[in-house]
Amino acid sequence: MTEVVQSPAGARAAVPRAATFGGIGSGPGAQAPQGPDFAAIHDSAEFAALRSRFRGFVFPMSALFLVWYLTYVLLAAYAKDFMSTRVVGLVTVGLVFGMLQFASTIAITALYVRWARRQIDPRIAEIRAAAGVDAR
Amino acid sequence: MSGPVLAAGEIGDPVLNTAVFAAFVVITLYVVYRVSSRNSTTADYYAAGGRFTGMQNGIALSGDFLSAASFLGIAGAIAINGYDGFLYSIGFLVAWLVNLLLIAELVRNTGRFTMGDVLAFRMRQRPVRAAAATSTLVISFFYMLAQMAGAGAVVALLLNVQGKAGQALVITVVGAIMIFYVLVGGMKGTTWVQIIKASILILCVVLMTVFLLGKFGFSLSALLEQAAANNTKGEKVLEPGGQYGKTPTTTLDFVSLSLALILGAAGLPHVLMRFYTVPNATEARRSVVWAVGTMSVFYGATLVIGYGASALVGSERILQSTGRENSAAPLLAFEIGGTVLLGIVAAVAFATILAVVAGLTITASASFAHDVYANIVRKGKADAASEVRVARLTAVVIGVFAIIGGILANGQNVAFLVALAFAFAASANLSTLLYSLFWKRFNTTGTLWGMYGGLGSCLLLVFFSPVVSGAPTSIVSTVDFQLFPLANPGIVSIPVSFVCGYLGTVLSRERADVDKAKEMAVRSLTGIGR
Repeated sequence: MTEVVQSPAGARAAVPRAATFGGIGSGPGAQAPQGPDFAAIHDSAEFAALRSRFRGFVFPMSALFLVWYLTYVLLAAYAKDFMSTRVVGLVTVGLVFGMLQFASTIAITALYVRWARRQIDPRIAEIRAAAGVDAR
Repeated sequence: MSGPVLAAGEIGDPVLNTAVFAAFVVITLYVVYRVSSRNSTTADYYAAGGRFTGMQNGIALSGDFLSAASFLGIAGAIAINGYDGFLYSIGFLVAWLVNLLLIAELVRNTGRFTMGDVLAFRMRQRPVRAAAATSTLVISFFYMLAQMAGAGAVVALLLNVQGKAGQALVITVVGAIMIFYVLVGGMKGTTWVQIIKASILILCVVLMTVFLLGKFGFSLSALLEQAAANNTKGEKVLEPGGQYGKTPTTTLDFVSLSLALILGAAGLPHVLMRFYTVPNATEARRSVVWAVGTMSVFYGATLVIGYGASALVGSERILQSTGRENSAAPLLAFEIGGTVLLGIVAAVAFATILAVVAGLTITASASFAHDVYANIVRKGKADAASEVRVARLTAVVIGVFAIIGGILANGQNVAFLVALAFAFAASANLSTLLYSLFWKRFNTTGTLWGMYGGLGSCLLLVFFSPVVSGAPTSIVSTVDFQLFPLANPGIVSIPVSFVCGYLGTVLSRERADVDKAKEMAVRSLTGIGR
C-alpha cells in the first residue's frame, strides 16, 4: 500500500516518522502498535503549564489588537472631524493612525515571534522529547 | 459603456502588453512543468509534501492573498474615494495577526490537507466535513468570482479588447491556463506560481512607489496636495467618509466591512491550506511573519499608488476609462513609465488573477476530493490515486465555473466582491475554528450550527441587501426586494455564527469526545503525532 487516505481514526495512532515530512505513507496500514499517549501528555503538569502560558499571551494580545483596530475603525466612522485634523501639511490624524496600525501590526508580530522562541519553543521541545517524538 | 471612452488602445501597446504577459506565462509554465515531476500522492498534490520553507510559503501566502482586488481594487478605491480605500489596506494587513496568534501553528499541527481536517478532528466526520466542504466551496467561489470579474477589466486595458465577446474569449484562455497550472503542478507548481507572481508584484509596486515619492520630493504632503487637487472630491479624499460617510447606513456598512476584513483572513480556506505546505509549526509561524512583512510593504505602497493615481491621472480620467476604478493603477503606470510600464503592470495584474484563481481552484478541489469524496463518500477508504484523480477532475469543473462566472461578473467592482468573500469566511469558518481549537466542550452540533448559521445568515443577508436588488448598482436593479440595508453582512452574520456555535453546543445533549479533545489539544500545541 503506497498511500492511504487517512481517516482521523488512522491519523490518531501517530507514528514518529523520520524521513517523511508531512506524513506521506502514514496510512492506517503503517500504524505502530502504540502511539503517543495523548491523554497522559494532556494531563501532565508540563502541558498544562505550556497551555496556560500560550493562552496567557495570545488571548490578551488578540484582544489588544482587536480593540485598537476597532477603536481606529470607529474613529474613522464616527469621529470624522478628529480624524481629518491636519497634523503636518495635508497629512491628517487619520493617515497617521493608519500608519500606526501598520506599525503596531509589525510590532506585535515581532513581539510574538521573540516571545514564542524564548517561552514556548523550548517547552514544546521538552514535551516532545518526553513523549519520545523526535525533537525538531 | 457610457461616457467618453478613453480607449486603452490609445495609451498602450497591446502587442507589448501581450508579450510581457506571455513571458510570465511561459516562465511559470516552465517552472510548473519542472517542479511537478510527481504528484501521485495526496500529500504531494495537496500540500507539496510539506517541503516548502517558511520564507517560500510566506511569499506564496502573500501571493495568494494579494489578489487583483488588492492591487487594482484598492489602488482604484484610494484614487477615487481617498481615505476610505486605505481602510481596506489596513484591515487586510491587521487581519494577519489573527492568523499569527491564533490559527497558523495550531492548524498546521492539527490537520493535514484541508480546513475540514481541523474542524472534523474531534467531531462526527461526515456532517462536519460536509459543512466544511460546503463553506470552502462557497467562499472559494465568491472569491474566484471577484478575481475573474477583475480579469475582464484588465483584459480591456491590456489587449484593447473592448467587446464583451472578445473579453469573454480572453477570460476563457486565462481560465484554461489556470486549470493547466493546477492539473500539472498541484500544490507545488501552484505555490511556485504564487512565489514568482508575488515577487514581481511587490517589486513592481515598490518601484512605482519610490518613483512617485521621488517625483514629489519625498514629501507625502505634496503628493496628497496634488491628489486632492486632481480629484473631484477635493481635500475630502484625505478624510474618512469619502465612500462610506454619506449616510448613517453607509457608515455602519463600513464598520461591518472592517469587521469582515479583519476576521475573514483567518477563515479563508486557501490561506489555511497553505499552512500545510511547510514541515512544522515553526515554519508555519515563519510563513506568517514573512507574509506580514511583504504585505506591510505592499499595502503601504497601495496608499502612495492610489493617491499617486489621483494626483497624476486624476479621478475624472480614471472613471471615464474602460476599466473605471480598476484601471487606476494601470493608467498611473502609463503616466509615469509609458507603454513599457503599463505593459508590465497590466501583465502583473493579469498574472495575479491567474495565480490567485489557481490557488483557489486547488483549495476547492482538495476540499471536494478529500472531505467529500475520500471521507464522506468512501468513508476514508479511498486510495491516493483515485483521490488525486477526483481532485483533478474537480479542478477542471471548478475552472469551468470560474470562467463562466468571470464572463457573467465582468465589470463588477472587485474589491467589494472580495469583501463579501471575507464576510463569508469570517462568519462560517472563524468561529468554528476558534471554538474547536480553544473550547473543549465544543461538539458536532455546535460546529454545524456555527457553520451553517454563519453561512446561511450571510447568504440570506446578501440576498436581501442592496448588492442584489433595490439600488442602481445592484445585480438586479429593476426589481426591489431589499430588506437588509447593509452591503456587507459581517456585523450581523459574524456574531450570529459565534452565538449559533455556542447555543448548538450547550443546547445539544451530545457530549464532546473527551479523549479526542485532549488529543487535539496536545497535537495542536506541540505537533506531536503530525
